[in-house]
Amino acid sequence: MSDTQSPTAAIQTLADEFAFFDDWTDRYQYIIDMGKQLPEFPSDKLDDAHKFHGCQSQVWFDYAWRDGRIHLQGTSDAAIVKGLIALLFRVYDQRTPQEILDTSPDFLDQLGLKSHLSANRATGLMGMIQKIRSIAMEDK
Amino acid sequence: MSATPFDLDAIRRQFPALDQTVNGKPLVYLDNAATTQKPECVIEAVRTFYRHDNANIHRGVHTLSARATDQYEAARERVRLSLNASATEEIVFVRGTTEAINLVASSFGQTLKAGDEILISALEHHANIVPWHLLRIRIGVVLKVIPVTIEGELDLGALPALITDRTRLIAVNHVSNALGTINPVAQIAAIAKQHGVPILIDGAQGLPHGPVDVQAIDCDFYTLSGHKVFAPSGVGVLYARRPWLDDLPPYQGGGDMIETVSFEAVRYAPPPAKFEAGTPNIEGAIGLKAALDWHAALDWQALKAHEAALLERATESLQGINGVRIIGTAKHKVPVLSFIIEGSHPHDIGTLLDAQGIAVRTGQHCAMPVLQFLGAPQGTVRASFAFYNTLDEVDALVRAVHRARQMLS
Repeated sequence: MSDTQSPTAAIQTLADEFAFFDDWTDRYQYIIDMGKQLPEFPSDKLDDAHKFHGCQSQVWFDYAWRDGRIHLQGTSDAAIVKGLIALLFRVYDQRTPQEILDTSPDFLDQLGLKSHLSANRATGLMGMIQKIRSIAMEDK
Repeated sequence: MSATPFDLDAIRRQFPALDQTVNGKPLVYLDNAATTQKPECVIEAVRTFYRHDNANIHRGVHTLSARATDQYEAARERVRLSLNASATEEIVFVRGTTEAINLVASSFGQTLKAGDEILISALEHHANIVPWHLLRIRIGVVLKVIPVTIEGELDLGALPALITDRTRLIAVNHVSNALGTINPVAQIAAIAKQHGVPILIDGAQGLPHGPVDVQAIDCDFYTLSGHKVFAPSGVGVLYARRPWLDDLPPYQGGGDMIETVSFEAVRYAPPPAKFEAGTPNIEGAIGLKAALDWHAALDWQALKAHEAALLERATESLQGINGVRIIGTAKHKVPVLSFIIEGSHPHDIGTLLDAQGIAVRTGQHCAMPVLQFLGAPQGTVRASFAFYNTLDEVDALVRAVHRARQMLS
């Protein structure tokens, strides 16, 4: 997705975009709209094998390595969660394993997301970051 | 609806937590079926106990222990009065409804054999399903279920045929936490009595919306959760008819529930102490007394009319929003409104309402079976009102739902 930006720059861009909004209603609108831009998840992968557990809503996830970079796919039946997946992908998609491992999940704090999301949802988001990091660790 | 005939502002002023902003918006607290806010008198009662009277009960000869014991026992008498139980000994303090039902499942369960039947309803909270499921695993009892109609009412026509000579207990809720349905518990108790079957009522959602009379209902067991009735968390009540408390074995063993202990034999204390092992939630019981004193002094006729007005306005306004479907349309309801918006996930709606300062619960409300049955497998958004909510807050909810719906479309 973010072909030229480094993960750090992608996080900074997100932070700038978030700062542009006065309140969380608008920020959520922005997150929802990001989710709508997410490439369609292959319908044949909407199964249990691709289900990501640990979220209150349903989340499906898959990945592949191409030319040493990760290609992430994901979706959710909840619009905000889908937007949060899109947000994560802006940071982690098309990265090398080293880039993924160098990018700490602390940016959720920087965006104010961790304190704002309900505990369940923040846990789900952290779970997905951990998953991406463990994939990077294994395949490094 | 005309102006409320009581001073709603004065009531709201007694709840300090209601007066705050959330996400820059005035808090609209509509999660009262999960837990209610606490009035100043309850907060003060707990504070005063810790500042002046803190001691363990039923033990010391010293003054503080006597004061703490007196207050704890006064709380028991207060509960008796609020439930119109015939004797103070019939009031057992527990952690809440969940523990009350687990107590019955554990102690009453010891009298059961494989093949004995427990009859619950499709409207139950998990707290009135899982303890019986555990007995199914442990003993082999059979769980049978009173069906629910598409409106979310119990299908009482089906009840008599479900009662057999193996039915040992009927366990149903007074008010459904997920839908707000008020069940005709006195009628169910009468049917149970005709068949000689004892009945337990899960009353967690009953007392918050008006007085309860266990003798009028004519039930064997009735449960309460303090935190749902403006009292602290971690304190609740099991009401049981005295003969049950004499006959049933204890739930837990420990201090305070015995008369004599040797390594060869234990002689239990009479009820209710027999069921209250260990140091209880003393300050919780004292807070519960303050809450129930306060609750009993309210003008319930006016408050019920106000609650009905809240439900009516919320129902009518939300029904008018395109795509909204109300889940649970029983004729008799407390002001609890469960709904879904076609094509939107309840968690999304809940999050967008929170961003606008409105607290609701989303999901399965610990009542997965009934929501599956009513076609809401993702759960619902539940706005649950207390009498301290205002008609303006209903309007704020409706505006926020409109906005959420637009954002998600």
